[in-house]
Amino acid sequence: MTDQKEMEESQHHVVSPMIYIIVGSLLLVLTGVTVWASFQEWGNFNAVAALAIAVVKAMIVVLFFMHVKYSSKLTKLTVFCGLFTFLTLVGMTLSDYISRAWGTW
Amino acid sequence: MSDSTALAHEAPEHGHEAHPAYLRHHFENTAQQADAAGFAMWLFLLTEVMFFGGLFTAYLIYRNWYYPAFVEASHQLNVVWGTLNTAVLITSSFTMAMGVWCAEVRKQSGLVLCLVLTFILGIGFLGIKTVEYKEKIEKHHVPGFHYSLKSFVDPQSDPEIYKEYHDKPLALDMARHTEVYFSLYFAMTGMHALHMIIGIAILVFMIFRARAGAYTAGHVTFVENFGLYWHFVDIVWIFLFPLLYLISRHQ
Repeated sequence: MTDQKEMEESQHHVVSPMIYIIVGSLLLVLTGVTVWASFQEWGNFNAVAALAIAVVKAMIVVLFFMHVKYSSKLTKLTVFCGLFTFLTLVGMTLSDYISRAWGTW
Repeated sequence: MSDSTALAHEAPEHGHEAHPAYLRHHFENTAQQADAAGFAMWLFLLTEVMFFGGLFTAYLIYRNWYYPAFVEASHQLNVVWGTLNTAVLITSSFTMAMGVWCAEVRKQSGLVLCLVLTFILGIGFLGIKTVEYKEKIEKHHVPGFHYSLKSFVDPQSDPEIYKEYHDKPLALDMARHTEVYFSLYFAMTGMHALHMIIGIAILVFMIFRARAGAYTAGHVTFVENFGLYWHFVDIVWIFLFPLLYLISRHQ
């Protein structure tokens, strides 16, 4: 095992400020978009659009501000497993509530 | 570095000069140490995801159950304050990310500046939140003995909201469920605000340490992991904002 290789693999990735500026601006733009969308008459799709934009914003924060895009496989796997477990729990809870008492709510 | 029982060190292969002082002896190198700290921070954040996730799930279920009450109750929130607060928080996430970068490239004054800006924006967020809470207290929209249904059984008594939304009066039994909305509103934004307050307290500590040069000598784990925490709090708000303020504007 060459120490050199080990060093390179674990070399800490420094994300450049330019990326932070682009990501920060993008997040502010998306905030504007989500507010604009809430003023449109889209019926049920208002909620869908708002949540979709929120998910995109959260993903951008996780990948760039929180460096997951540049992190080790262990970190990526940890984040993915956590979100998967979370979505499974929420999905199972909601499916129970939706299917338990049809039409009464 | 602990140098307790000298006997434990059987002829160390290196003196303490051979590695940075912040490298703990149970790690092979600083990269491994940093990876372990980052991994642990993520595990902590996942427990936080589960915690807020429970509140979000409760909100979704109750919103479906008491839909008219939730729609009219959410009309009480001010979209302008909410949008402004979102912008403030995202900007503070940006300054924090820049702070981490400053620590990594060892720019001490830049780091202190970024931490101070993050601190100010965090206080600004809480200030706006206070304005909003104050309005809820004045209108008796805080769940409890003094909770008032007036804005919901008689929307015209609340002209500011009425002229924007023209809400129809709710039946008394449905109007009572607006209290559930405000319980969840205060639970979720309150827990979020508590996380901000804890974050701001840690920021103050970090500003003093950063001025002493603690984070610009190669050991950036603390700043980095605090950054993760701060961005996580930002993400919680990214979901709270549309769910509480935006998705019920129509209907």
